[in-house]
Amino acid sequence: MENTAVPEVGPTRRRVVELFLGSSMFASLVSFVYPLLRYLVPPPVADLGGDEVIAAKVGDLKLNAAKIFRFGNRPGLLLRIGEGEYRAFSATCTHLSCTVQYRTDLHEIWCACHNGMYDLNGRNVSGPPPRPLEKYQVHVRGEDLVVSRKREA
Amino acid sequence: MFASVRKWLDARFDWAALTAPLRKKTVPVHKLSHWYFLGGITLFLFGIQVCTGILLLLYYRPSSNEAFESVQYIMTRVQFGWLVRSIHSWAANLMIFTAFCHMFSVLFLRAYRKPRELTWVSGMILLFLAMGFGFSGYLLPWNTLAFFATKVGTDIAGQVPLIGKPLMIFLRGGEEVTGATLTRFFGFHVAVLPGITTLLILVHLALIQRLGMSVPPGVEAQRTAQPELSREMHFFPNFLLRELMAWYIALGVLGALAALSPWGLGTKADPFASAPAGIRPEWYFMFMFQTLKLIPAKIWRLDGEVIGILLFGAAGAIWTLLPFLERNGKGRSQRWILGAGIFALAYMASMTVYGYLAK
Repeated sequence: MENTAVPEVGPTRRRVVELFLGSSMFASLVSFVYPLLRYLVPPPVADLGGDEVIAAKVGDLKLNAAKIFRFGNRPGLLLRIGEGEYRAFSATCTHLSCTVQYRTDLHEIWCACHNGMYDLNGRNVSGPPPRPLEKYQVHVRGEDLVVSRKREA
Repeated sequence: MFASVRKWLDARFDWAALTAPLRKKTVPVHKLSHWYFLGGITLFLFGIQVCTGILLLLYYRPSSNEAFESVQYIMTRVQFGWLVRSIHSWAANLMIFTAFCHMFSVLFLRAYRKPRELTWVSGMILLFLAMGFGFSGYLLPWNTLAFFATKVGTDIAGQVPLIGKPLMIFLRGGEEVTGATLTRFFGFHVAVLPGITTLLILVHLALIQRLGMSVPPGVEAQRTAQPELSREMHFFPNFLLRELMAWYIALGVLGALAALSPWGLGTKADPFASAPAGIRPEWYFMFMFQTLKLIPAKIWRLDGEVIGILLFGAAGAIWTLLPFLERNGKGRSQRWILGAGIFALAYMASMTVYGYLAK
């Protein structure tokens, strides 16, 4: 009869050992996985472009012509649509991030990847693009065509 | 859930029969059993190398213009990058160390004897491959020390009679150590060597699985005399759990070394700068480096350097074929091999210490 109390001791002890073992294994697992996950995230790259760039010289563009310029880490599209009338947009298609081009024959901005169309105000007019292209300001400063964008708040 | 997955597999692949050898496998228990852990620890460290190596590949750039900067980037900008690289460097050194310990323990416990000759040969080739990993990986950060170590190392390969020159050009990707060498070494380090090594490890493990663990001759005699005292342990799970504990300790040592003493980077290699004073190779090449320093320029009419290289080559080849040089049951050849082993260990240890103490 004295033995009846003994079996309870075994399982309880075992549970305590399991608890210690399990939690320390869990803790070490976390200590391996956490640095690993942090390592996998690439450090942020500084956008060295700033908010303003000289996209071209005044004489560079003919009428009804366009050029791609570098704006920070991304391409931009500069158009000359009239005498002294310039427009600039982000050249990254809002659909799947291809780089768009100006179609001189259609007078529209076209994305070759999925046949997306934007008008000369950057509005998405046909095809898959869901949003208009981001619009930039263009200023003529002496001989330079300066493209700027609003600083993000 | 675990049981139902097993049942599912069992119904399709006869899982129980597939894993039967693993469950039947036993490990002899005796006073020298702990030496059985060394090979497993080496394997574990190789696994660490594969994992951390893949992580380093996410940021490393193998060109002479970018390699140093990319490693610098890993060490300073990437979160825990210093830890990953330090673990890779430390584990590499520990792996070579445990591989050497494993080799000498197998030698002194005479585990290489019949029927395990090929296990020894595959193990020796794995040891050479590990040194190849060390040599090729050392260059990848493209720092001054690595640049000159590679210059000297490939030049040594170039001294080998007949095949030396083409071999050196093959290794360097040209006459000199340049960015082309870095590209090659990168290819060797992350593709060629891992491929061959993985295959050979599988062969090595298959041989061990097939032949079982060797029992040292002294212990074997005892066991035949008193069979009632010979004990065995199941590989799964008894031995494996002990092995896992050894791995965990190895990981602890590794983590402590990497965290407390992160691996340095040095200065970027400049092919048109003089070699800095006190330049020396990794410690596992030290005994050869020191020997070559001590050999006179001319021995009789031959270059001392060439003789040294040929002697080391011959020693390596003989070492690899050691089990075939021991004639069965002959006490003399056994004592000869034991003596050679002690001599080799003493020579390597003293030359290494000498190399570090000498100016």
